Amino acid sequence: MEQRTQQTGIKRAPVIEPGHTFATITDKISSIVLTRPTSNGWIAGFGVAFLLTMGLLYGVGYLFVRGVGIWGINIPIGWGFAIVNFVWWIGIGHAGTLISAILLLLRQSWRNSINRFAEAMTLFAVACAGMFPLLHLGRPWLFYWLFPYPNTMNYWPNFRSPLVWDVFAVSTYATTSLLFWFVGLIPDLATLRDRSDKRWLKMIYGILAMGWRGSARHWARYETAYLLLAGLATPLVLSVHTVVSFDFAIGIVPGWHTTIFPPYFVAGAIYSGFAMVLMLAIPIRKFYGLEDFITERHLQNSAKVMLATGLIVAYGYGMEAFMGWYSGNRYDSFLLWNRLHGPYSFFYYLLLSCNIFVPQVLWIRKLRSSPGWLFLISGVILTGMWLERFIIVVVSLQRDFLNSSWGMYYPTFWDWMTFIGTIGFFLACMFLFLRLLPSISIFEMRTLLPEAEVKAE
Amino acid sequence: MKHTATYGLMAEFDTPGEIVKAARLATEAGYKKVDAYTPFPIEELAEALEFHHNGVPLVVLVGGIIGCIGGYLMQWWIATVSYPVNVGGRPYHSWPSFIVVTFEMTILCAVLAAVFGMLALNGLPMPYHPVFNVPRFAFATKDQFFLIIFSTDTKYDGAATRKFLESLNPHSVSEVPS
Repeated sequence: MEQRTQQTGIKRAPVIEPGHTFATITDKISSIVLTRPTSNGWIAGFGVAFLLTMGLLYGVGYLFVRGVGIWGINIPIGWGFAIVNFVWWIGIGHAGTLISAILLLLRQSWRNSINRFAEAMTLFAVACAGMFPLLHLGRPWLFYWLFPYPNTMNYWPNFRSPLVWDVFAVSTYATTSLLFWFVGLIPDLATLRDRSDKRWLKMIYGILAMGWRGSARHWARYETAYLLLAGLATPLVLSVHTVVSFDFAIGIVPGWHTTIFPPYFVAGAIYSGFAMVLMLAIPIRKFYGLEDFITERHLQNSAKVMLATGLIVAYGYGMEAFMGWYSGNRYDSFLLWNRLHGPYSFFYYLLLSCNIFVPQVLWIRKLRSSPGWLFLISGVILTGMWLERFIIVVVSLQRDFLNSSWGMYYPTFWDWMTFIGTIGFFLACMFLFLRLLPSISIFEMRTLLPEAEVKAE
Repeated sequence: MKHTATYGLMAEFDTPGEIVKAARLATEAGYKKVDAYTPFPIEELAEALEFHHNGVPLVVLVGGIIGCIGGYLMQWWIATVSYPVNVGGRPYHSWPSFIVVTFEMTILCAVLAAVFGMLALNGLPMPYHPVFNVPRFAFATKDQFFLIIFSTDTKYDGAATRKFLESLNPHSVSEVPS
């Protein structure tokens, strides 16, 4: 019982700063949505993100008119930025599910103050990710052909293809993330309904809360359902990036056809996801004054997760290089040579620095507890993880078995515009979420207080 | 069922310990139609109200089994009956390739069952409910804890039940109009 509260040791920073009650937690978190005036910083941030979103729409609109030829893709490099960005975004999403589901099952109650916005992050990252394979289809408006539905063409998808597995994995993941997030929101929406003083706000939050009244029987079913959802989301999240890695590993291209891909992809996903969590949490806690709820402890723990997953990723790189040499396969060893000395070698060294060398500074406790440094290091890791996917996609395709089919890949303006546009879309969604919904789970924060204990008589 | 103008009597408490104790005493006193409203889940409270089995796990299990069997059969039917494609002479019923989608369909159906099953068993969405008529009830989603004894309870009697609730030492007792 004691672990549920914040007294987990004298040395560790607390999960909630002392002095809070059920009422202060409720007021502090709901006031961000209900009473705080929209700040100029929010308007400016949202404005920039909105402009970038418009850029995305422009890029996508032009793509619809002209086709994928406006991108830098070619033969042999047919995948390019679209797939690099897809894998990057979906990897970022994984940390949200890890925080909300896996840490819930492991009873890591510190997660309660970051799970809500981490889940939102997952949802928006998956939305960005899902866009890319569809845009890459060539005829994106026919994307529904990917789903098995009775049609007049007498055709069905081929279930032996990893790309079809991916459709199922990603759409299941998107649905589950949305429902998990929404179920978590229901009691807090009821809180907002009861706290808001405007009738139209009460109605909107009331409709969304669906008449939640916190009955003990409802809570019992709710908790069971929430726990089961966490139990279902845990294997799901591990499967999603595994299936993404199958897109590569089932193929025979050198550098793709390896058994290490699934675990190494999953670790990389969590690595980049936690980096994104920190890049979001650090400004949120600062600008909304939530240092009492997102404490140094959360930053430290996230940094430790990054350190651990970063080492797994480093092991993955080591193993890839080792197998390139040890297999004796000339194509695999050439791939290693090409990474180290080929035309994209600069990016490979940059990747190694961003993902392996720089993050080692997280061993230093002082840097682990400094928000500024963590923000910076997280940015480096996100860059590194993007480069990793670039190396995997582009450098492997660039020079495969036949010299006659070698080529080079140069991203175009439209590639960059679409990529940066999705970052804008992601941030715009986050800004709206922070303004309209409680960004920290209010009811789960209440359970962290010592007063929430039922004392035995 | 007797028809009364009162939906029930509601007592308000300040702490989780008090509400659990009150719920236990109410069940011990023989009241059957009792419920409690709290701002966060309290495991002990469901036990005090003798609510031990909720149907959610069964619903999720059934959802998962439907997804699993349905997902596999769909692929089997498509790959062998409706649209057989010969890929390098491999068997049409190439089951190892069907594992991933079967797994995803299992999770998807179990998740849908968990969410919609939980909502259905809870009787949600339900925009109107008589308890919302009590002005203080808005604090059930903030920091107050409420116990209600419904007027449909066989042991319910306006004056006696009010007296019983007041003996539990609540913050206040109010009547819920139906």
